[in-house]
Amino acid sequence: MAAEPLTVELIKRRLLGRRRSGLDILIATALLVSLLVAVGVLVLLLSNVVGQGGPLLVERGFKFITDPLSPTASEAGLRQGLFGSVVLAVFVVLLAFPLGLAASIYLEEYAADTRPTRFLVANIRNLAGVPSIVYGLLGLTVFVGLARGVTNGRTLVAGGLTLTVLVLPIMIITASEALRAVPQALREASYGVGATRWETIRHHVLPVAAPSILTGSVLTIARAFGESAPLLLAGAVVSNFFAAPAGTNLIGLVTRESYTSLPVVIYNWARQPQEAFVELTAAGIIVLLIMLLAVNAGAILLRDRASRKPSL
Amino acid sequence: MNSDHVLAGDRRRQKRERTVHAAFRAATLLSIAISVAIVVSLIGEAVAFLAQVELDQLLANGWFPRRSRFNVSTLVVHTLLVSSVAMMVATPIGLGAAMYLSEYAPPRVRRVLKPALEVLAGIPSVVIGFFALRYITPQVIQPLFPATDLSNFAAAGLGVGILIVPLIASVSEDAMRAVPQTIRAAAYGLGAKKWHTSVRVVFPAALSGIIAGLILGVSRAIGETMVVAIAAGATGGSLTTFNPLDGGQTMTGAMASLAIGSDQVAGAVAAFQSLFFVGLLLFVMTLALNMVSERVVRRFRQRY
Repeated sequence: MAAEPLTVELIKRRLLGRRRSGLDILIATALLVSLLVAVGVLVLLLSNVVGQGGPLLVERGFKFITDPLSPTASEAGLRQGLFGSVVLAVFVVLLAFPLGLAASIYLEEYAADTRPTRFLVANIRNLAGVPSIVYGLLGLTVFVGLARGVTNGRTLVAGGLTLTVLVLPIMIITASEALRAVPQALREASYGVGATRWETIRHHVLPVAAPSILTGSVLTIARAFGESAPLLLAGAVVSNFFAAPAGTNLIGLVTRESYTSLPVVIYNWARQPQEAFVELTAAGIIVLLIMLLAVNAGAILLRDRASRKPSL
Repeated sequence: MNSDHVLAGDRRRQKRERTVHAAFRAATLLSIAISVAIVVSLIGEAVAFLAQVELDQLLANGWFPRRSRFNVSTLVVHTLLVSSVAMMVATPIGLGAAMYLSEYAPPRVRRVLKPALEVLAGIPSVVIGFFALRYITPQVIQPLFPATDLSNFAAAGLGVGILIVPLIASVSEDAMRAVPQTIRAAAYGLGAKKWHTSVRVVFPAALSGIIAGLILGVSRAIGETMVVAIAAGATGGSLTTFNPLDGGQTMTGAMASLAIGSDQVAGAVAAFQSLFFVGLLLFVMTLALNMVSERVVRRFRQRY
């Protein structure tokens, strides 16, 4: 009889004691370390870039952004690259966003779950996995070559269309996921009071899905903003110099046959052997990362605004 | 809405419904057009390339498009070399990070570290390429192997590895989080310790998703261009090497180099067309990997 309370005590202590074995702690630490390595690399990368490019950026200030390309590292700036990147981003926003949204609405709201629909979805998933440089070959053949009449060859138009085609599948997939997360009951309630499919989507589904569609789209556009491989093929100029613009108006600048973008300029600087270009590249990277940060911060603001509206 | 109209019978509404439907379907069908355009543009020039070059050019020593030596196997070997280095780095880090986030991380730690991984995923590949060339090579590779050139496959592989860690981590974490809580509870109920539950119960249960994530990682590594173009040395051409400390061209590196014209001679049609041949090969390889990955998920998914 005397042993019983002791056994109960023992079992109780075993169960509630949360004693962790050495192996348990070891494995938890190893897993944490691997996560910290990944995050540490990010910190290392950022601090390395800021350390190398920061002083130059401070010294040159806004002139670094407004100066044109130059073979002399101390004079080279981001002007053409920045202009190209902004125009390319506008193309992607104006084309890929509405097209991607329309396709995702079709797939999620209209299309029945049939064999052709499943084929379409599988096709889009596969397109999202095609390496970006292959889209560059598509851009070179179709937009620079075949559609020369529309794009005028190696222009920002061709580059913009190439990036649009590149991000379209990703845009469709993210928007589809957002639409799928909208509860079915909402649609049924709308149909129940006699709304058509489009009215249901327009007034009930889209407002609820808007915040996640917006964030997803902005992330996708940010991806296009940092993309350079397809542009190398679709006609972007990889050089320290190209001729001053012939036309000064915007249309002339967009349709002339030489363009570049911020990441392409950075690529070109990164491959220059001279030491002076190392700092220049790092400074260019800081500008690129700040712009991406601004775009993402904008997305968060937009999402907060969109989700504050009472939607249900 | 005017109540005179019977709801379903309103012509205007019906017409608008049909227009919207057709427009949205057209947008979706555009994706088919894109796929067809990719395949057609690749195959056309790739076939033209094969028709033009001699067999001994394809079996020549190394890849030197300027000198009409088009041994594609050189590029494939180098691509596999870079991808292997990348996977050796990214697999343990990615899986470890995923398991920590899914099984161990307290909510507060998760809220900080998961967005950090997402930021890493958002870093453009040119930036990683620069980091590989100007940090990884001089600070990591050269101290270990002093005779290494500035451009080498090891640095490029490490760079690509950094690039795919977030991908592997997020896909595997999703897979592990999808394992129902009841399974963990059952393991604890049988007296399993925490590590035993995560490593021997949750991990196997999530294995199909994890393998799919790893295959996607390989596919991304093979198709990654900018890191390789910057850090592996992409100009001229290269001889086949199995040594990761050498520099040279991979499939994507050769394409980037052909694209910016550093390998092109005026009037060398074959060099230009070889771009499409390599592109087609790359397309087929990544497509196959992506399809295998989807199949793995579908075939081996545990149904709970």
